[in-house]
Order: sequence, then structure tokens, then C-alpha cells
Amino acid sequence: MNERELLRQMLRVRRFEERCVELYTQTKVRGFLHVYIGEEAVATGVMAALNDDDSVVATYREHGHALLRGMSARSVMAEMYGKLTGCSRGRGGSMHLFDKDLNFYGGNAIVGGGLPTAVGLALADKMQKRDRVTVCFFGEGAMAEGEFHESMNLAELWQLPVLFVCENNLYAMGTALRRSESETNLPMKAASYEMPAWSVDGMDVLAVADSARRAVDAVRGGGGPHFLEARTYRFRAHSMFDPERYRDKAEVEQWRERDPIDLLLAKLEVPDDELAALEEEIRVEVEDAVDFAENSPDEDVADLMTFVYSPSSTVAGRLS
Amino acid sequence: MTTISYREAVREGIRAALAQDDRVFIMGEDIGEYGGCYAVTMGLLEEFGPERVRDTPLSESAFVGAGIGAALGGMLPIVEIMTVNFSLLALDQIVNTAAALQHMSGGQFNVPLVIRMTTGAGRQLAAQHSHSFDGWYAHIPGIRVVAPATVTDARWMMPTALADPDPVLIFEHGGLYNASGDLEDIGPVDLDHAAVRREGGDVTLITYGGTLPTAMSAADTLAADGIEAEVIDLRTLRPLDDATFVDSVRRTHRAVVVDEGWRSGSISAEVSARIMEQAFYELDAPVGRVAGKEVPTPYARHMEQAAIPGVDDVVAGVRAAMRGE
Repeated sequence: MNERELLRQMLRVRRFEERCVELYTQTKVRGFLHVYIGEEAVATGVMAALNDDDSVVATYREHGHALLRGMSARSVMAEMYGKLTGCSRGRGGSMHLFDKDLNFYGGNAIVGGGLPTAVGLALADKMQKRDRVTVCFFGEGAMAEGEFHESMNLAELWQLPVLFVCENNLYAMGTALRRSESETNLPMKAASYEMPAWSVDGMDVLAVADSARRAVDAVRGGGGPHFLEARTYRFRAHSMFDPERYRDKAEVEQWRERDPIDLLLAKLEVPDDELAALEEEIRVEVEDAVDFAENSPDEDVADLMTFVYSPSSTVAGRLS
Repeated sequence: MTTISYREAVREGIRAALAQDDRVFIMGEDIGEYGGCYAVTMGLLEEFGPERVRDTPLSESAFVGAGIGAALGGMLPIVEIMTVNFSLLALDQIVNTAAALQHMSGGQFNVPLVIRMTTGAGRQLAAQHSHSFDGWYAHIPGIRVVAPATVTDARWMMPTALADPDPVLIFEHGGLYNASGDLEDIGPVDLDHAAVRREGGDVTLITYGGTLPTAMSAADTLAADGIEAEVIDLRTLRPLDDATFVDSVRRTHRAVVVDEGWRSGSISAEVSARIMEQAFYELDAPVGRVAGKEVPTPYARHMEQAAIPGVDDVVAGVRAAMRGE
């Protein structure tokens, strides 16, 4: 992927989520809303290293991952609106974005809960001798969970084709890394499972893309699971219900100086008119998604019980 | 018809599935080289190899979750959790992902996963190895919960469970593994219906799994006194087959539910509620319950036996129902 495209994708995610925050304050979007603003370089760089049929498992902060993987802004926005035309029929909302056609497995809102799924997807690929890689995103908070350690061990033990990407934004909700981990060198934890592991500047999309490319190639080449820590920062609150009592404004400002979009812009020297055209193209895409969501129908309440079980199951229709 | 043990019947169900479909594999703790904690999987590693009979680390959450992922990736995994007690370590994966994924993804992802586990008390294994959470799992929408009580069900529920597009939990009561019975060569059985294991017109005894033999013995004792109990084996705890037990109660007008699980919020409570909802005016006595005592299961044999339903408890429960109590 060329550098202009990386810029376009990061801007797209940024503007989409800025609009989501507005819509949240207008009560168009409800529930929990966790935005990725500040962290865009991570998923943008990693996704650029994937093939179309690779699998992705993400967390509840996954609007960017969904868009970057190829889901339409319409599909994601309509889901945030809780509309039938959303990717999950409005049943999942912001935290549960899925797309089967893109092998995008969401959308897991239990911290650490997606890692075992990723291990299993990789196991299926290995057993069926498919040339796929599964990428699993999670925050550094997940590394305190048992599921992280169980999954690392199993993946390495069985030499599964999975790339673990830790998006280290330094805070598990409001708990700083140093307050929750006895060992804050995260790649060392992965390395203790004999897994190749390293860190990358998560604000530098080119560095992330380069690291991810090396890791994905190694995994696909039969090198077993790999671990990548992307050091990044969340510019906004954890969710919309976060007074941010746990960090200094000065710290946030310091990180904002390393905004991944600004850093890339500085490198690329994009002419103003080109940037303006790009912003306009993205604005149109986002507003189209908002219009689409606004004008989409709700799911019929009569369908509430569908897909608790598969339509082909003999259980379907038997429960109330 | 041949006579085999429940253990052999479960093994034959797994063995046949592995032989018939390359997508099927089994994983769990000590299922391969050790041969299975309860020897269910003995010999399968030698027959099918380590790719398809996978020993796992002691990581219930990871290997149950890996089963979910593998199912999403096109495989048909059978996950053995050594016992229901350890399944608590995998609850996140079972409840938050396996059961919920299809609905919360708007129907995109179904999870064709089979999870087997040993359940129940009665073997002096004390408080942490004697749970009976079968009914508790039946609380959860999105999964199917079955409990084979006979060797035929132990053998023939497996192919149906594997053909199910959604997660199926199979509860095998530890007290049944050594029991022998006649294996009927009937092919895959449905997982939708309860079975009438003994016909009778005076009272309906409703149970499942490990307490079916208890209920059957109680019915024999009662028959000697001229009380004919109809014994219903629920077989499937989710979805419950209300029609079979409600129809029976409409004929007998009395019901006693036998359930090893703790009484409060149990499957016996659910069955009782459904009888009340659907056959209240048919009842000649309140629905009786013979359930596990609400205590962590003790080790000492006499204490453990006092904590779980026995034949005498069931007989007493039926006599109370006959008196209209």
C-alpha cells in the first residue's frame, strides 16, 4: 500500500469517528462508544500487510479496524445507529461489528476474549492447510488476563499462524500500565512463550506497516505465531463516560504532538489542495453513511428471536 | 443389540465421527496419551493421530475458545472439558462468545461446536469435583444442552450434536460411565425430545442423566406397593421438551422432579414452573422436587449421599405427592 493510501485510510477513520462523537452527543448513537482517535496508525499499518482472505479479530474499539478491513462506512454507521442495514442488523452496535465476507470476526467486548478465537481460527487454517494468517488485536490491558497467557502458550505450542498485535495505549480504561503490570516490557512477556516479539512506534504508520509486513510474512512462511507491541496513545476518553481523572492534560498534549496523521503529513508534504480534496472525499463518504443510517429501517421486533439459533436448527422457533 | 458400557458408547460415538468426517477433531486435557481422565478417549490417539486427537494444556478458556475459532474456520471440533467444575474457567468463551455470537453478529456467524464434560456427584470427590451445573447452562440462550442417560443416547447423540449448526453441550454423568446397557443400533437420535423410560398412570417422575437410574429404581420400589410411576428422561435440558412431560402430567395428575443440582434456580424449578403454567388445573398435588441439598458437596460418603437425591428420597417424594402434599 502506498503512503498516500495510508494517509487516506487514517484520515477516513479519524473523520468517521469524530462524526460518531458528534452523533453520540446528539444521542443518535447510544450505548458505549470507544473511539480509536490517536491510535489509527496501528490498525492502518497492520491491515496493509494482510491478504484479502486473512482473518481479523478485534476488540470493542474497532470502528477503525472494520473500516480498514473493507467494511463500508454505511454498514458501520448504520450499526451504530442500531439499524437493520447495519453489519449486525443493529444488534451489536459499536462494540460488535462483524463481516463474514471479509473474515472480520469483530467486535469482542470482553477484554482478552478474542484471543482464544484467533487461536482457533489459526488452528483451522493450519489443519486445513490454508495459507492464511489470523491477526488478533487487543489492548495492553488484556495482557493481565488469563486468556492472554493461555492463548500465547497454545498458539506457540501448536505453532499456529497468528499475529498478536498489542495496541499499548498505556491505560486499561483508567488504570495505567505501571499500576497493573509487574513487568511493563510487553514483548518480554510474549518472548517468555518462545514467541518472536518486538515493539514498534505505534504513531508512525510507516514503521507499523513495515513491522507488520515482516511479522505477517514470517507467520505466513511457517514461522509460528508472532507478537507485535504498537506503542500508541488514546487522545480521547476511554468511552463517552470518562472524566479522565487518571491522566494529566499535559501528558495528552505531549502525545498529541505525535499525532500519527500529522507525522505522516509532515513526511509526505502533501499539497494543500490535494489534502483538501481528500478531506472533501472523506466528508462525502461519512455524510453519505450518516444519511444512509438516518434513513434506514429498524429491525422488526417480530424478528427479535431470530438467530439465537441457526435458521436450520430444530431449536429455532421453539423458544419464547 | 449389544451390551456395552456407557464409556464405550461415548467413545464409539466419537470414534465413528472421527472416522467419517475429516473436519472432526477432538481436543482436551489428557485425552490423548493418557487416554482420557475417565478413559473415554482411550485408543483414539493411536487410531487417528495427534493432529486430530489433541492434548491441550490446562487452559480451559483458551481451548474452548480455540474450539469456537476452529468451528468458525470450517472445522467440527469436539472439545472435552475434563469435568463441569473446570468449565467454569471457560465460562467467558461459552457464554459471551459461543452462545452470543450468532445473534450479536446479526446471524452472520454460527458456531458448530460440541463440548463434552463429565458432571455430577456421588464418587466422594468433594466440593470442587462434584458440581451439577447442567441446569445452570440450560439457562443460556444460544446453546443446546443435552444429557445422555442411556448407552444408546451416549452413542447416538454425538452425530446429531455434530450435525447441529450451533453449540451443543453434552453432560455425561460420572456415575454412568461404568454402567452397561443394551446399545440399540438406531442411528443418530434427535436432540429435541424427552423420552418416556417407563410407563405408568399414577405419578410422573421427571429426571435426566445421572439420576435416571435412581428414578427407575424408585419406580420399581413404588410398583411393589401398587404405585405406577411414569418415568420421563428429559434428555435435552435446552430446549426443554415441555410437551412430553406436560402430557404425562395431564394423565397422572401428579409430578415429582428429580434433579441432582441445587434446588434454587435449578432445572427442577424450571420444569415445575412449566407444569404450573401449562397444567395447573390438572394437578391433584403440588409438583414435588427431589433435588440436591444446597451445600458444597462433602467428601464423607454418608454426608455426600445425604446431599444428593437417592432412591429413598424419590420414593418419599412420590408418597408425599400421592398424599396430595
